[in-house]
Amino acid sequence: MRHLLGIEGWRRDELESLLDRAKAHLPGGPDTTHLLRGKVVANLFFEDSTRTRTSFHMAAKGLGASVLNWTHTGSSVSKGETLLDTARNIEATGPVAIVMRHRSSGAPHLVAKHVKCAVINAGDGTHEHPSQALLDAFTLRQRWGSLDGRTVLIVGDVLHSRVARSNLHCLKALGAQVVMCGPPTLIPPGLESLGAEVTHNLDAALPRADAVMCLRVQLERQEQAFLPSTREYARLFGLNAAREERMKAGAVVMHPGPINRGVELAPAVADGARSVILEQVSNGVAVRRAILEVCTA
Amino acid sequence: MSSTVLFRRGRVIDPRNGVDGVRDVLVRDGKVVEVSETLLPVPSSAEVVDATGKWVLPGFIDLHVHLREPGEEGKETVLTGCRAAVAGGFTAVVAMPNTKVVNDNAMVTELVLNRARAAGLCHVYPAGAITKGLKGEELAEMGELVSAGCVAITDDGRPVMNASLMRRTLQYATQFDVPVMVHEEDLTLSAGGAMHEGTTSTRLGLRGIPASAEVAMVARDLVLLEETKGRLHVAHVSCEGSVRLIREAKRGGLRVTCEVAPHHFILDDRAVGDYDTHAKMAPPLRADTDVQALREALVDGTVDAIATDHAPHGVLDKQVEFEKGINGIVGLETALGLTLELVHAGVLTANRAVELLTHGPAKAFGLPGGHLAPGAPADVTVVDPDAEWTVDAHQFHSRSRNTPFHGRKQKGRVIQTWVAGHKVFDKGQVGQSKESR
Repeated sequence: MRHLLGIEGWRRDELESLLDRAKAHLPGGPDTTHLLRGKVVANLFFEDSTRTRTSFHMAAKGLGASVLNWTHTGSSVSKGETLLDTARNIEATGPVAIVMRHRSSGAPHLVAKHVKCAVINAGDGTHEHPSQALLDAFTLRQRWGSLDGRTVLIVGDVLHSRVARSNLHCLKALGAQVVMCGPPTLIPPGLESLGAEVTHNLDAALPRADAVMCLRVQLERQEQAFLPSTREYARLFGLNAAREERMKAGAVVMHPGPINRGVELAPAVADGARSVILEQVSNGVAVRRAILEVCTA
Repeated sequence: MSSTVLFRRGRVIDPRNGVDGVRDVLVRDGKVVEVSETLLPVPSSAEVVDATGKWVLPGFIDLHVHLREPGEEGKETVLTGCRAAVAGGFTAVVAMPNTKVVNDNAMVTELVLNRARAAGLCHVYPAGAITKGLKGEELAEMGELVSAGCVAITDDGRPVMNASLMRRTLQYATQFDVPVMVHEEDLTLSAGGAMHEGTTSTRLGLRGIPASAEVAMVARDLVLLEETKGRLHVAHVSCEGSVRLIREAKRGGLRVTCEVAPHHFILDDRAVGDYDTHAKMAPPLRADTDVQALREALVDGTVDAIATDHAPHGVLDKQVEFEKGINGIVGLETALGLTLELVHAGVLTANRAVELLTHGPAKAFGLPGGHLAPGAPADVTVVDPDAEWTVDAHQFHSRSRNTPFHGRKQKGRVIQTWVAGHKVFDKGQVGQSKESR
């Protein structure tokens, strides 16, 4: 049994073995419904999610598990139940793993200290989103074989992005260079000491990238004075057709979804030849099966 | 209980009076009578404390504790807080007014003083609120608070965000010559932050509180201080920028004092580890460079006092998501050990360390005690400087256990605490004095 609270702390060989294992879970692979037959996987989602929750749901089903789907709406959280009480009650139903999303960074760490089953972080606040980073790495490995020597440019609201943090740790561990790009107000301090290169000039960084990952920009950032407007954001940091043309041959465009079309990503680019966005989604199930398999072993 | 006590052959460290050496200390009727290099004759009926190899110190004074009574007696009471105080070698504490009935009027001040008298352990000096209900809107009746016994006024736990109100507070307080104690935090800069803004907050994905949230307010209040000729005490200074400004202001002759809490000079923001809410406080644990700057400021006199910001909280307040975790840790029973860490590391001399716990705070607030000259109150703390021990939160006399220092090895421990000539703590046991004082 092993928790997946973050990518940070996982070694390269551990990540590679998980990603290798995920290949066997691609459509057309061997039947794996015996792996968790008769077992329960609890989906504990304190924050709205469609993509990740359904992806984990399908992954658990694919391993033969029953899924307990718990969501915050209409639950006793609204009656003041503490996180630990909720988690202990879920644990009492006997799951082999709790897949958990929460708006507070570190919430899965707290739960992991108090339950006996595996805790899988499906996104905690602005900390990590490890399954997303793993499926991103899986998608890139499908293209490139190895990430060694490749450069991945992550563009946008890094400050509030759990996807960016998990990807930083994952991509670095697998041998890639990571460049973070965004307005200075949305780049947190100390990224360099975590291994990233930082720039505020997208046009200068773009031609070096083998992959460009655009992060979602939330509209409320405008109200908090991180940005003057999404219009200006699109002008400075949006990936549009003109910028796409200056990308390296063969370089790909990624997005963790959901997309603000026309803000961080022009529709033509999101749907264009470089986009691997839908591959990311379909790889999600295979990678999450491998996560459940590895964490409950 | 004997009213005459002779502390024999201890190393007396009394920075105010320039004493550091083996002395006999004779106290009678609650006062120091004589401090002598030579052996004093034992008066009849005197209790003799053999302090050979021990330090005999003025009782420690903590300018910053939260006793939680009235209102949050599940966390601490005046009695349990006093028990923790004397166990930590403190003979006097200043009680913050942010109780759940705010100490913004004489009734609450008197309640705290009555409870302290009933506890009969150490001196408790209440601090009154600056504003009614700590709301930052209208001044509380400062004259009433001072005449009821408040030794400082503060909205601690909250800043006074309104600069004009702060200016008037400093002005108005000059007529009582009472220190205005400030919790410096610009709420628009700290907004929603859970820890110091830096590499660790980035790594953990926690919203950061920049150092400027404190420094900008210190700067504002020093400007107001200069204009009003008031008296300012900056509570729990946590960062380099603040000590730099305070150092300059002191050189310029302003009446400003400040305190630093042990956790801020021992731990940096990395102590948050994997979301340990016991490392969550306001102001937050800062960067290692700030810790370094605080240590230098302790040495060079910029800092007047070590104060614990003793903040008891229940288990449930801390066993939650980090951003929901309540701020603060208990400090009375770990303060000496953590201060001595700086002595062992060669940062502070024993003399300076003792000064920061005794005369420094006494002078900052104009409190009695803090030294051992004849005539001074017989508030004495006896320390075994060589005792090695491990912090065990379950053994605390405080009602609360919230500390990041559980399990930490320490060298140097309080073995006895005497208040007004009465032994109130001895070898781990708190004894209640029969006398009120």
